Amino acid sequence: MAIYLLRRLGLAVITLFLLSVIIFFAGQVLPGDPARAILGPLSAESAVRALDHQLGVDRPLLTQYTSWITGVLHGNLGESYQNQSAVAPLLRAALVNSAKLGAFALVVIIPLGILGGVIAALYAGRPIDRVITLTGSSAAALPEFVTGIIVIVILSVQLKLLPFPPQIQPGASVSSQLRSLISPVIPLVFVLFGYIARMARAGTIEALESDYVRTATLKGLTRVVVIYRHVLRNSLLPTIAVIATQTGYLIGGLVVVERLFNYQGIGNLIYHAATAKDFPMLEASVLTIGVVYMVATIGADVLTTVLNPRQRTEAAR
Amino acid sequence: MPAGIAASDAGPRELPAWRLLLRRPAFDVGAVILLFWIACAIFGTAIAPHDPLAQQLLGTNQPPSAAHWFGTDPLGRDVLSRVIVGAQSILIVAPLATVVGTVLGTALGLVLGYRGGVVDLVASRIVEAVLALPAILIIFMFVVALGVSTITQILVIGFIFTPLIARTVRSAVQVESQLEYLAAASLVGDRSIRIMFVEILPNVMPAVLVEFTVRLGYAIFAVATLAFLGFGPQLSTPNWGTDINANYGLLTAGYWWATLFPALAIASLIIAINLVADAIEQVLAG
Repeated sequence: MAIYLLRRLGLAVITLFLLSVIIFFAGQVLPGDPARAILGPLSAESAVRALDHQLGVDRPLLTQYTSWITGVLHGNLGESYQNQSAVAPLLRAALVNSAKLGAFALVVIIPLGILGGVIAALYAGRPIDRVITLTGSSAAALPEFVTGIIVIVILSVQLKLLPFPPQIQPGASVSSQLRSLISPVIPLVFVLFGYIARMARAGTIEALESDYVRTATLKGLTRVVVIYRHVLRNSLLPTIAVIATQTGYLIGGLVVVERLFNYQGIGNLIYHAATAKDFPMLEASVLTIGVVYMVATIGADVLTTVLNPRQRTEAAR
Repeated sequence: MPAGIAASDAGPRELPAWRLLLRRPAFDVGAVILLFWIACAIFGTAIAPHDPLAQQLLGTNQPPSAAHWFGTDPLGRDVLSRVIVGAQSILIVAPLATVVGTVLGTALGLVLGYRGGVVDLVASRIVEAVLALPAILIIFMFVVALGVSTITQILVIGFIFTPLIARTVRSAVQVESQLEYLAAASLVGDRSIRIMFVEILPNVMPAVLVEFTVRLGYAIFAVATLAFLGFGPQLSTPNWGTDINANYGLLTAGYWWATLFPALAIASLIIAINLVADAIEQVLAG
């Protein structure tokens, strides 16, 4: 188990390093001159040069990368060109906001997805199964801004139930914060429902066909007890794993949803950093997303291993 | 063409695959919607009731009426006409991007699956590093970096799809590699490039076809999302995502039609492709 975990961590570090290189050099490809972007098109060429020098973007790329990655490893994420202030506090605030949105989405989606998948499995092949499966895969294929707009038009414009754009006042009560999060969460729920339901369905069907379930049924346990005690426990393992891998989709969705609802999270931060050519901000926030994704996948692996004794021994080998 | 490929796979006594497809109501619904949008893309300006570009500054933000079924936008342009003609740009960019990704991904998958070894190992690592980021985010960053030309969009989306499709094809090829006809082919002395493309490729075509239809849906997703973020294909025709981006700020004022109808158009197109893809997958799986 420990060896397995170490190997996973090692691979994650290599992947993150690759990612940091890719992000850094992709960031350099972005057209435009940072100092020019800050000073505006009318400023003097000499001033632009001076600021470029001050920012350090006139050094060789390799030097820039080494000094950037050294800073990151020491917890210094650099300064945002756009805001002329340290990246870290801005990033932290955005991350907290996104985490609230993401957590709310997961709290809604996990029980809903599992419930949908289990129902589909219990009625496998019947119309209700086809409806849940097709609804799930279609909803997952819809861009978040499309579902978001349908939600806004119905709930905010027509029924006037929820505010658009959602206003979150600093220090607002938890219930009013949750209320403003309802509309942005719905598109995220749409995107993730299908995947989680599909996994839960597959796991449940596999469990239903197993010998131990047949034994349990034959010894006279009621269907409810069999499903609760024997089927669910075994079918939910793969679902846990898939939920973590979907974090990536969740974050991808955040960029769009936060933009649509003008919500100040990491997605909005990345959007503004990319369009304003704010490299330090862009690099730091994209790398953060990579780290979050890695942590989520490894966390899911550990959880699956802890919950499933068979995989525990396989992993130890 | 899809039906032809699948048909060669079906046993002698089974119905041809296209008949099996047509028997599925989900496929029929999807195909009808899809054909409707393809017709709009081809005949756009001929079907549209108004000129989608004609501004009418005295009739801006008009709600849906008999003259303008979907209302007018902030420049007084007819929303219905813009929705009809808007099918064009998305139905050019998304399929081309998917074709690029499918061709490259299939070739890469064939090589990785048939050859295996070090190349396979290294390629898998790189794919994993790329997959640590949401695809839409990578596509967005590249399009921002490289500029928003139509060709750039097609290539970027195609390249991002390549490793994803290669992964699916690779596992299909690995299954085939166990089969005896390949051993026979190499005994006869066929060169590996011939074995890959003449012997294996036809047998993994069903997997490639399913992958193509699924990815096509995601390409539409990506193209529409890029347009919504302000990086639409630079064509002179109207674009659903770009129109939504331009008009969604007006939702607070209660002008919902210029935003909702293009959104519903995107939704119907994606759902149609999804229904078709699902039916093809079900039929091929038997």
